[in-house]
Amino acid sequence: MISKRIIPCLDVREGRVTKGIKFQNNIDIGDPVALAQFYYNEGADELVFYDIAASYQKRGIIKEIVRETASKIFIPFSVGGGIRTIEDIRNVLLAGAEKVSVNSAAVTNPEIISMGAEAFGSQCIVLGMDVKQVEPCEKNPSGYEIVINGGRKYTGIDALEWAKKAEKLGAGEICLNSIDADGTKEGYEIKLTSLIASNVKIPVIASGGAGNPEHLYEAFTKGDADAALIASMTHYGTYTIKEIKAYLTSKGVKVRSMI
Amino acid sequence: MIAIVDYNAGNLTSVGRALEHIGYSYIITSNPQKIMDASKIIFPGVGAAGTAMKNIKSLGLDKALISAFEIKKPILGICLGSQIIMSESKENNQKCLGIMEGYTKSFSENTGLKIPHMGWNGINIEQKHPIFAGLKKDEEFYFVHGFYPLPKNRKHIFATTDYGIKFPSVVGDGSLIATQFHIEKSGKAGLEMLLNFCKWNPS
Repeated sequence: MISKRIIPCLDVREGRVTKGIKFQNNIDIGDPVALAQFYYNEGADELVFYDIAASYQKRGIIKEIVRETASKIFIPFSVGGGIRTIEDIRNVLLAGAEKVSVNSAAVTNPEIISMGAEAFGSQCIVLGMDVKQVEPCEKNPSGYEIVINGGRKYTGIDALEWAKKAEKLGAGEICLNSIDADGTKEGYEIKLTSLIASNVKIPVIASGGAGNPEHLYEAFTKGDADAALIASMTHYGTYTIKEIKAYLTSKGVKVRSMI
Repeated sequence: MIAIVDYNAGNLTSVGRALEHIGYSYIITSNPQKIMDASKIIFPGVGAAGTAMKNIKSLGLDKALISAFEIKKPILGICLGSQIIMSESKENNQKCLGIMEGYTKSFSENTGLKIPHMGWNGINIEQKHPIFAGLKKDEEFYFVHGFYPLPKNRKHIFATTDYGIKFPSVVGDGSLIATQFHIEKSGKAGLEMLLNFCKWNPS
């Protein structure tokens, strides 16, 4: 049976991984390629680079990182952040990424999903959704609303409706980030995860709030997620991927073991 | 020299990078003659069978691949490459290369399982093959697909994978071997299998 995936997310700003990652090993802690290799050897099932470039001019740097990473690690990885056009998608795919995630640009221009899926296949188009809980109302019957621009701007779009629409448009996967849970280390937004995961047929990656292995267990069982994004819990060396996988295995969740 | 067959079916550089990593040189080509001249052929691809067959035919690659198989040149199919070799695909009811008798089938809709089958899954080895040499039990591989090859003859099935049903995930015949999973994106186990193919000398 298929394994649940564990996906470390690396935030990259102008060529360096941010968040002051602290590893005990002797690797350059801010070098995205070195970190990607570290996680590859540790048993990560996939990786995400999130590009937080300060300006358009600096965007080229991520392509170099992708190119170098692609020649050193042999698991799928995706690139998100600042993807606005079909050309942007083409560039990161040609540089060697397996998938691209579109977020704000898909809200303002949903066609980027269908055009991307048609040109490169659904399997490489990931819809990134940033979601905040709101009072259920006529416009937002699910009680969850899509926010863009890093959580600053409410769109008035219902999260569940948007997920279903993106699936129809040809998204191959959804990366579901709860802005409320993000950074809390108190666990994923399970109700939201389960709501979206049970209403679409494409895989859903839970994101935001992971602080310990139990949180991943909840996302995979109660939340029905297919994959879980992690960041600080492994970046700071609090847990290793091996430890997380050992915990999940002991609880009966199937994960890929590193043999 | 290993030839990676280019028929506009997705990004082929990842297979190239994996070959480079294990120390083998390659060319990416859509030239039938260069494919016939290569010592080994890798036939990857993502996308739909209909478009793929159209491109293959217009480039004259169908004849090259069939002749390469007939003269027992080692061929590795990957993902869509493991489907296009069959006689027919139920995806767009497309007639395919017919190197292997059988057809390509989709996962049925109402199993409650996510389609496409995307992620890491194991394989059950049904028959020994040099491509499996040195692989440990319970290794997993990276899959992304909604269709799978179903050979008519059971002896063409070398491994199966469980996803609601048990489907063929490695098929082969003579000098042809094909994996439904992405060997080039399957971590160290995938690279080991790719290396096994590079070293393989089917008699």
